Amino acid sequence: MDAMVRELSYAQAIQEAMAIAMDMDERVFLMGEDIGVYGGAFQVTGDLVDRYGADRVLDTPISELGGAGVAVGAAVTGMRPIFEFQFSDFATLAMEQIVNQAAKMRFMLGGEVSVPVVMRFPAGSGTGAAAQHSQSLEAWLGHVPGLKVIQPATPYDAKGMLLAAVADPDPVMIFEHKLLYKAKGPVPEGYYTVPIGKADIRREGRDLTIVATSIMVQKALDAAATLEAEGIDVEVVDLRTIRPMDKQTVIDSVKKTSRLMCVYEAVKTLGIGAEVSAMIAESEAFDYLDAPIVRLGGAETPIPYNPELEKATVPQVPDIIAAARDLVKGVR
Amino acid sequence: MATASKAAADSRANLPFVYRQYSAEQLREVLHKMYLIRRFEEGAEESYMRGLIHGTMHLSIGQEASAMGICMPLAEDDQITSTHRGHGHCIAKGAEVKRMFAEFFGKTTGYCKGRGGSMHIADVAKGNLGANGIVGGGIPIAVGAALSSKMMKTGKVVVSFFGDGANNEGAFHEALNMAAVWKLPVIFVCENNGYGMSTSTARSTAVKNIADRAAAYSMPGVIVNGNIFSEVAEASHKAVERARNGEGPTLIESKTYRHRGHSKSDRNRYRTKEEIEDWMSNRDPITLFESELREFGFIDDRGIEAIREAVAKEIADGIEFAKASPSPDVSETGNYVYTEQA
Ligand SMILES: Cc1ncc(C[n+]2csc(CCOP(=O)(O)OP(=O)(O)O)c2C)c(N)n1
Ligand SMILES: [Mg+2]
Repeated sequence: MDAMVRELSYAQAIQEAMAIAMDMDERVFLMGEDIGVYGGAFQVTGDLVDRYGADRVLDTPISELGGAGVAVGAAVTGMRPIFEFQFSDFATLAMEQIVNQAAKMRFMLGGEVSVPVVMRFPAGSGTGAAAQHSQSLEAWLGHVPGLKVIQPATPYDAKGMLLAAVADPDPVMIFEHKLLYKAKGPVPEGYYTVPIGKADIRREGRDLTIVATSIMVQKALDAAATLEAEGIDVEVVDLRTIRPMDKQTVIDSVKKTSRLMCVYEAVKTLGIGAEVSAMIAESEAFDYLDAPIVRLGGAETPIPYNPELEKATVPQVPDIIAAARDLVKGVR
Repeated sequence: MATASKAAADSRANLPFVYRQYSAEQLREVLHKMYLIRRFEEGAEESYMRGLIHGTMHLSIGQEASAMGICMPLAEDDQITSTHRGHGHCIAKGAEVKRMFAEFFGKTTGYCKGRGGSMHIADVAKGNLGANGIVGGGIPIAVGAALSSKMMKTGKVVVSFFGDGANNEGAFHEALNMAAVWKLPVIFVCENNGYGMSTSTARSTAVKNIADRAAAYSMPGVIVNGNIFSEVAEASHKAVERARNGEGPTLIESKTYRHRGHSKSDRNRYRTKEEIEDWMSNRDPITLFESELREFGFIDDRGIEAIREAVAKEIADGIEFAKASPSPDVSETGNYVYTEQA
């Protein structure tokens, strides 16, 4: 029997996943700043504290380094913490525990332990929160072997990938774009998982592959709808996981379309686009390319406060449309 | 700042510290600035509701005596680091409200040329090295500024403002230790408003008073009623003297309260209406200071009215200035990432 499908927001889908995880396994608990009675800065934990109590929805002091480390320690010793950073930017305060400890503990101890911790990072710009509350740092963590890094783009994936993350024996970092929290989509009731490490073809097309992440997936789909009217048939690949990356799906898509564009919000250089492009250049898909690869990423600047500047620093739908047109027409 | 004349001072011998220390004119200016902070934030709040300001903001309404009291003994070239709740600090250190409004409106005439907004408000020329989006982020920076002062022998004193929540960040502990070890001219000012966002100090902090932390770093820890201007100014005065004399840092805990929610998205579920109401009607720092000024004969109703009118005009003019100012051009997005070099 099919589970009932409702329209839920991305935030509600995550909240539901956390509730299901706590119902299924009493070792699962939530930690973070103001996730209890406040409901989380983005109301993702919402009223969970009323249902699960303050011991399982644990407000921490403002102590990211310590808090992340406590989550790692609890994970190593039998618990299943889901740690919420209030903003992904504050990962910078906890880098030591994430990068030196969580990511490497199993390896350094020769496989004697696992670190089944889940960390959630509200990320991205577009809220006028300026340079220290708007960053997209997923590629930083994507660079670290031992971590798994995911960026669900829909409510359906947000729930299914969070449940997959909780079930995963290794540390999983989830980057959630803040502007997605209110986005709605169909979400089945009950337990299901969406696999970590698998990309999703969100739209099939013949002329051009756009590999997009997080909020850029919807923007790419919007651009594709406009381009379709112009006779340009775009395939949109939602990468979903940046480590470990689903190379085959991207390779197969590029072999079919012969053109590749990567769209992501993080600063353009040394990021996901560089990785995807290089991966394609190294693969059998390289011979199929009819045009240079294009990357559309964030400007080489911190995120500014002024709203017009803020918009101008990250790719928008018209930018994707223009770049896709040029790419298909061979302008570059 | 100049001390009041001897005769005037004698007649004030039994009054609290600031009434002995400062002239009537100076004290009236303090009231003026406390109103300026309050009305600036009310003006910012209203502009936000009307969609003229985007993002979010953290209002310090209810904490004005703390900002003013701490900055009172500072000289113009002394420096501060501030917090996400930093509008009061900025005005207290000498900023012009019109350029603050311009920043909030994202304009080029703003203190950060529209790049920073409320959370990064600064006035470097007046010694404000900036608010901060990172809780605790400014504390080590203040220690660094104090190290510069010592190394360069500038005689500057540095104040680091932070909230109660920040005392649980590692940066706080590391910074206090270094400041004490190197005897730096820095004053740590914890504005304890009872909560870090929704989390009360009782739920977040192992010691009863933040000032108790000072013992761990061998520096004086002083608790003041942050809503009484004179108490705050007196503690700051002593700490500034100590810092200037090369005796090292002080930790001041200024106990206060924010009337508004944490930011623009706060359901206030973690505190009661009665608690908020009590602080607003019985311990409002402006009301308290104003009635002292009146009681001790430093101001009368007309004087107060004149201040309120002047402030209202300054705020209205400031908003007009901000509205009329130009926005940065999107072609200039890349400016200021690195230092421009010829
Ligand atoms: C490192 C870091 N963690 C969390 C936050 C989110 N945040 C901003 S203000 C705040 C509460 C700060 O409380 P406190 O230090 O008491 O200052 P107050 O807001 O009460 O003035 C929190 C949790 C942040 N900006 N930086
Ligand atoms: Mg506080």
